[in-house]
Amino acid sequence: MLKKLLGTAAALTLLASPAAADIKIGFVTTLTTPVAVIGKDMRDAVELAMEHIGGKMSGEDVEIVYADDEFNSQKGKQATERLVLRDDVDIVAGYIWSNVLLASAPVVLNANKILVSANAGPSPLAGAQCNANFFNIAWQNDQTPMALGELLNQQGVKSLYLVAPNYAAGQNMVAGVERTFKGKVVGKDMTVWPSQRDWSAELSKVKAAKPDGVFTFYPGPAGPAFIKQYQQAGLEGVVPLYSVYTLDSISLPLFQKAGMETVLGTKMTQFWAPDLDNAANKKFVGDFRKKYGRYPSFYAAQSYDSIMFIKSAVEAVSGDVDNIDGMRAAMEKADFDSIRGDFTMGNNHFPIQNFYERTVVKDADGNWTTAVGKTVLTNHQDPYASQCKM
Amino acid sequence: MDYVLLTEQFLNGFQLGIILFLMAAGLTLVFGIMDLVNLAHGSMFMIGAFVGGTIAVVTGSFVIGVILMIPAMLIIGIVVEMTTLRTLYPRDHLDHVLATFGLILFFNEATRLIWGPEGLVVPLPDFLEGSVALGAITYPVYRIVIIVVGLLVALGLYVLVAKTRIGMLIRAGASNRTMAGALGVNIPLLFSVVFGIGAVLAGLAGLIITPITAAQIGMGEDVLILAFVVIVIGGIGSIRGAFIASIVTGVIDTMGRSFLDVFLLLFLPENAAESAGPALSSMMIYILMAAILFFRPQGLFPPKGAR
Repeated sequence: MLKKLLGTAAALTLLASPAAADIKIGFVTTLTTPVAVIGKDMRDAVELAMEHIGGKMSGEDVEIVYADDEFNSQKGKQATERLVLRDDVDIVAGYIWSNVLLASAPVVLNANKILVSANAGPSPLAGAQCNANFFNIAWQNDQTPMALGELLNQQGVKSLYLVAPNYAAGQNMVAGVERTFKGKVVGKDMTVWPSQRDWSAELSKVKAAKPDGVFTFYPGPAGPAFIKQYQQAGLEGVVPLYSVYTLDSISLPLFQKAGMETVLGTKMTQFWAPDLDNAANKKFVGDFRKKYGRYPSFYAAQSYDSIMFIKSAVEAVSGDVDNIDGMRAAMEKADFDSIRGDFTMGNNHFPIQNFYERTVVKDADGNWTTAVGKTVLTNHQDPYASQCKM
Repeated sequence: MDYVLLTEQFLNGFQLGIILFLMAAGLTLVFGIMDLVNLAHGSMFMIGAFVGGTIAVVTGSFVIGVILMIPAMLIIGIVVEMTTLRTLYPRDHLDHVLATFGLILFFNEATRLIWGPEGLVVPLPDFLEGSVALGAITYPVYRIVIIVVGLLVALGLYVLVAKTRIGMLIRAGASNRTMAGALGVNIPLLFSVVFGIGAVLAGLAGLIITPITAAQIGMGEDVLILAFVVIVIGGIGSIRGAFIASIVTGVIDTMGRSFLDVFLLLFLPENAAESAGPALSSMMIYILMAAILFFRPQGLFPPKGAR
């Protein structure tokens, strides 16, 4: 009897405290609210990365602690505080939303821990507020729209109308296009984010302005809604729509299911595409599709890359994650097989990398995806790097 | 001023007003007659969109989706009323808020479990796609349909409330519930029916907006806030007030979004106008509500004999 009790107690203790991992990585993303579909894609990619590295970095067990920002900067900051103070993670990664990252970054950086952004790239952290312990493994917000502005020049677009949400990233995206676009901006509407889901007033203004092209940025589920209304307003085929981070592997299946063929052929720019030709990307996209039965989004690609990036730094210090200086030096080299191919880390710890044209196409099996086209910007660095004193 | 654009923006505002009216009509009846603060009305908007949208996708016909959504929402509304809300009537408003907020969480989570977090895209039949020329302006066919459907519903509600026996009971309930009960009106049955009608109207609003915005978890909450503004402006318990206040709110909101930044450019630098425009235009209807509360606390058209 006593033996049985002791056995049960021992089993319970085992259940309560799983073997403590040597390295803990906090990963902040959105796991609830309608945009949780992005967070799910990111988590799936992190899980795949963990599978690929066998759950170990430099021989040490790795544990990922996921935290939900609830699509809200205050909640995101609280989640980050819990990761840093309660869970005592070694490294914090993730962050979809620029406003969430801006609110949360001081928590991690004041605790002298390394922070790796897997998506958000707000301008302050690339410029005046750059930090030795902050790294971005995706892009600075302005870069992709800067590439798009360049693409618009190449396409001969002379007048442009901008519609984007009024928050940190939306402002950066619009500023990015305006930086490189040489034609005339005939109108600009910044809409309430995230609540506004009906753009009838803005689209009527676009119609009245008769521009050569419309630029937009609506991440997550707002993107399909915007494009649908664009079609219903009779603008499709009349004014070409150019977008960044709006059509991705999350929204394209929804368009396909709804049979909205007009999306095919739409152009955008990005640093990565599912068909980008390099070994690391082939392995990632192939295994992701095998495991989850769908194409990974750029959010997933960046999350996968974050884990590989962190692994390269952990290996450089032979698993001694308290050696912050050593890890930082390794991260500055960015010496790992990235899904985007080779790139370098800039002085502000944002990538210097290529940006490609992408077009929405049907793949060999009839799935809607994007195909990578010509290189629009080569080894491009963001415009805020010069403001970073580091 | 560009009259084509002005007319188009007026139609946009009118169409937003119609959606608000469908929400506010049910809300004002439930609040006015049953004296129940129902935050879960936004959930009915969402459920209507998901249930009707699913039927539309499965059957391949949006019209069938709309038709079958009506009995489905009536049943869901009555079930919610009988199982949850009925016990709340004698309690005070804070308890209503707490319980119906719980319902919001319940319905959001249930929707996530059934449909997943990514929402639902509902395609339109071909004859509703695209736009049509109305004189000098071209306007999306589907938005015209929304306006027509909304006006028909408003007319139907007017006939129901003003000309039928059940409407008489509803009006009696709205002006004095205790007296109506004392005169032999079956109050529990009346409440169930009213709540069911409210759920159908909210569900209809959610479903007809879905081909435009796509169905999302929590989609009803932003509309609910506007609908509360509408019923405060229009007078609680008044369908006529809800209709007029909805249209006014929709038009003011849309006009603010479209012309305020241009207007501010006249006396502000470009940067300031760009950021102040959206902020100020989203505040305009609340400023309107505050002004009406100050000068006419009972709203523009309070029901006759309301307490």
